[in-house]
Amino acid sequence: MTTDSRAIVVASPQRRRFAATLAQRIASFIITLAVTFVGLTAVTFFISRLTKIDPVLAVVGDKATKSAYDAAFRALGLDQPLYVQYLIYLRRLLSGDFGVSVLTSRPVLDDLLRVFPATFELSTIAIIIGVAIGVPAGVIAAARKGRWIDHVIRIVGLFGYSVPVFWLGLVGLFIFYGRLGWVAGTGRLDVFYIDVVTQRTGIILLDAALDGNWDVFTNAFSHLILPASLLGYFSLAYIARMTRSFMIDQLGHEYVTAARIKGNSFWRTVWRHAFPNILVPLITVIGLSYASLLEGAVLTETVFAWPGLGNYITHALFNSDMNAVLGGTVLVGAVFITINLICDLLYKLVDPRLRAR
Amino acid sequence: MTDTLSSWLTTDAPASRRQAVLGNLYRGGTAILRNPTALVGLIIVALLLLAAVFAPLLSTYSPIAQDLPNRLAPPSPAHWFGTDELGRDILARTLFGARVTLTIVALVSIVVAPIGLAVGTVAGYAGGWVDAVLMRITDVFLAFPRLVLALAFAAALGPGIENAVIAISLTAWPAYARIARSETLAIAQSDFIQAAVLQGASTWRILFRHIVPLCLSSVIVRLTLDMAGIILTAAGLGFLGLGAQPPTAEWGAMVSSGRDVILDQWWVATIPGLAIFIVSLGFNLLGDGLRDVFDPKSA
Repeated sequence: MTTDSRAIVVASPQRRRFAATLAQRIASFIITLAVTFVGLTAVTFFISRLTKIDPVLAVVGDKATKSAYDAAFRALGLDQPLYVQYLIYLRRLLSGDFGVSVLTSRPVLDDLLRVFPATFELSTIAIIIGVAIGVPAGVIAAARKGRWIDHVIRIVGLFGYSVPVFWLGLVGLFIFYGRLGWVAGTGRLDVFYIDVVTQRTGIILLDAALDGNWDVFTNAFSHLILPASLLGYFSLAYIARMTRSFMIDQLGHEYVTAARIKGNSFWRTVWRHAFPNILVPLITVIGLSYASLLEGAVLTETVFAWPGLGNYITHALFNSDMNAVLGGTVLVGAVFITINLICDLLYKLVDPRLRAR
Repeated sequence: MTDTLSSWLTTDAPASRRQAVLGNLYRGGTAILRNPTALVGLIIVALLLLAAVFAPLLSTYSPIAQDLPNRLAPPSPAHWFGTDELGRDILARTLFGARVTLTIVALVSIVVAPIGLAVGTVAGYAGGWVDAVLMRITDVFLAFPRLVLALAFAAALGPGIENAVIAISLTAWPAYARIARSETLAIAQSDFIQAAVLQGASTWRILFRHIVPLCLSSVIVRLTLDMAGIILTAAGLGFLGLGAQPPTAEWGAMVSSGRDVILDQWWVATIPGLAIFIVSLGFNLLGDGLRDVFDPKSA
């Protein structure tokens, strides 16, 4: 097991200060989380005020009498000052009341929980693909800096940064489904496989495996693999680039030269000595790209008719179902913010160079 | 003649401010031309500009004139990239689409850069609670999911280019505030700022005449790197029908219109998508190159 030489150096005097600041950091983390969440809900509240849809008419219908309209107006708290309305909104959100979806006439929170597993399944497989290819690619690019393989990996990454995800999805469907027939088309399952397995988790691969129904598993996999690979490609581009720059930094250290002089082979030095030292920032990067996959799924899901969060939000959007749109925004935003800030905290906690600040 | 001009430009002791500025431009320009990545990026961006300016001359067709008998025609000498579901020439629409893309990119830049610069330099120079409050606000916006928030905004305000620009700007400015702040922190320590303070320069004068110009280069590099992201977000909004409205030719919306026929008439969606891809690749290459040239530390 290799140890980080710098970690030993900073042990005793700073360890104590670190313990003292740990409580501070966690407190500051919670405050930041709260402030950011208030900011997010303030923005969604503001957006809900911007819409031209009258919230009272949505409740009472357009044939209501004047008195019924006024009663509903007051019941919704619209006669209160704006900040009181915001507080009412915040209290409703905290108690899990996201309003009722006009489209499905069910509570928005139920809808969101129902569609979330599909997005979770897609982005999890995508991040696995992104990490499995992106990390080795970044390490190899750094170890072979300036050679042809480095340039190839850089160009593949640049393409990932530049290509519109919805377009690549369409082209992928055209080639791999339309022309080659290697994968299944849109949706999560073929029609005759839908509702065959018992819903336990909502994650079809897992449900099918638990039922032992391998036909469904294979079918779900052939639906999943194309959108997941595409999303994975986008996180791969980011992960590979960051891994490369972390590794280049590590490989410049003297301990790498020392390890080589002691007779370790080049690749052993790279993987066993340098690589463990980039794990901390790397985990942060992976966490961040996982969070952004939730977001990136919006367009991918639309192209692949994948019944997840993104599809739900865009579908609601076109039916002026603002409760559903804003509920989805709050949920994606909350997950995004939480992962973001946890990564930030983790990074500060574990990297000694950032503790001092 | 050229020898004297280049030695005038590269002299170590410029005689006037004009000579110093031109000399800096010259050195930067030659550095960019020598960097292959930046050069390719520059060529692509220049082609985009030319396409946008000369769109009516480059194409004999109108981007919105319908020609229903010729709908969904495959690429041919008459229509190089074929026609779409209303018989409109895809080459013409792609060329005119460059205008929409450039408009969005330009509008976002002129909204985002001043806001970021103002917030960042004031926070960095003032320090104390002003800094703390401004940076907290920045962090809040930085943690927002960009596309989803832009979606919600566009949905509330109604679709259209202006609202797409507002939505994108709202989520794009914090990065610039952070950059401007960290640059300002470094600059504010330097002796020439102290000298300006001693000479009695007002805070605003120091901020806008001394600090902001020095922050500009890193903001511009970052802006170039961000262009691709802005173009992709705008195209994504267009694809969902929340960007420029029909019949305006917008690349994202054009891809969306080719969606239903992708298996049979591939060119309808493929060509505008390629345009988005090439243009954002161009901005990425240019940004990468600019960063290599002007800011080698962070490369």
